[in-house]
Amino acid sequence: MPSPFLNRRTLLATGGATLATGATGLLTPAMAQDVAPTASMRGGANNYRPGAPIVERIGGGGFWMSGTVRRAGDGAPLEGQRIQIWAHTTEGHERDWHSHGATLTDANGEFRLEMPQIVPAFGQPHGHLAYDSEDYETVFLRPVMSSASDTSLEAHFVLKPA
Amino acid sequence: MPLLRATLIWAATALVLAVPLVAAALSPLLEWRQPVYIAAGFAGVTGMALLLIQPLLIAGLLPGLDPLQERRIHRWTGAALVLSVILHVAGLWLTSPPDVIDALLFTSPTPFTPWGVIAMWALFATAILAVIRRRLRLRWRTWRIAHTALALVIVTGSVVHAILITGTMETVSKITLCTLTLALTLRVAFDPGTLKRLRRAR
Repeated sequence: MPSPFLNRRTLLATGGATLATGATGLLTPAMAQDVAPTASMRGGANNYRPGAPIVERIGGGGFWMSGTVRRAGDGAPLEGQRIQIWAHTTEGHERDWHSHGATLTDANGEFRLEMPQIVPAFGQPHGHLAYDSEDYETVFLRPVMSSASDTSLEAHFVLKPA
Repeated sequence: MPLLRATLIWAATALVLAVPLVAAALSPLLEWRQPVYIAAGFAGVTGMALLLIQPLLIAGLLPGLDPLQERRIHRWTGAALVLSVILHVAGLWLTSPPDVIDALLFTSPTPFTPWGVIAMWALFATAILAVIRRRLRLRWRTWRIAHTALALVIVTGSVVHAILITGTMETVSKITLCTLTLALTLRVAFDPGTLKRLRRAR
């Protein structure tokens, strides 16, 4: 069984990040002004239903979607931002209303929402997240789980003022 | 051909075709899918199974069939393939229209999608070519080259498409079916013996 912490995806991501920051010396406090905004992912907006309500959790829970929301440029955490989440889960298809829900970021710009277990659909186990409010430009993300048996998934937003 | 050998070949073929379907029918993913989505998936799995029959017939590996029967079954299997792909795409469209639009426009985020879409267009082109072949008065050689080239695109595209998908197909039976299909297709495409055989049966 592959270790949940070390696989090709995480290795590439951390290795790449280490090279990009440490090796190039780009990440110095003086240059932290330059956090680039997150671009929407292909297919991220598929089956989006605008205006999903803020919920305690989606359905019965058991799976955690989490992440951060920061401001482009200085990278400051953004509090109170509404993130909408949906996926094909053990409780419904992406298009079902009850598969959709939203949550708000805390003072550290972090969000965390419990939802039913995501199951593979259309060939990949994946989730959808949207930032679609007024203050910043809209971003749709579509993170993929490295394994269908994962019980959590992360997605990070860097938003550009609208 | 001795009866035992013939029986074994037919039994092995039936097994290779049936096991992926049975294994997919036992997939835990089905529990969380609606009937249309399940049907769409099975249309795809059926298509993958039908794909293996085509080179088997052309290589003359299925015992007890004469060349005329082989070609007739090849045609009907081809028609069934077209139908299975149409049902596959239509079922996926009903399940999630935006994902299928992305697929058809080659803007899908999933790496297996373009392989399937290219295989689909190659299959449709093959079917159209087979239907209008006589009207076009294609020379046998031209037809054979065009059909073989398209078949290679269909099989390669479908096999990569299927292998890269995390879906209802069970891994071992999927890879077995795909490997056999690819190997047999390469054989009938490039083996001089098969070419001679087809020339005789023309």
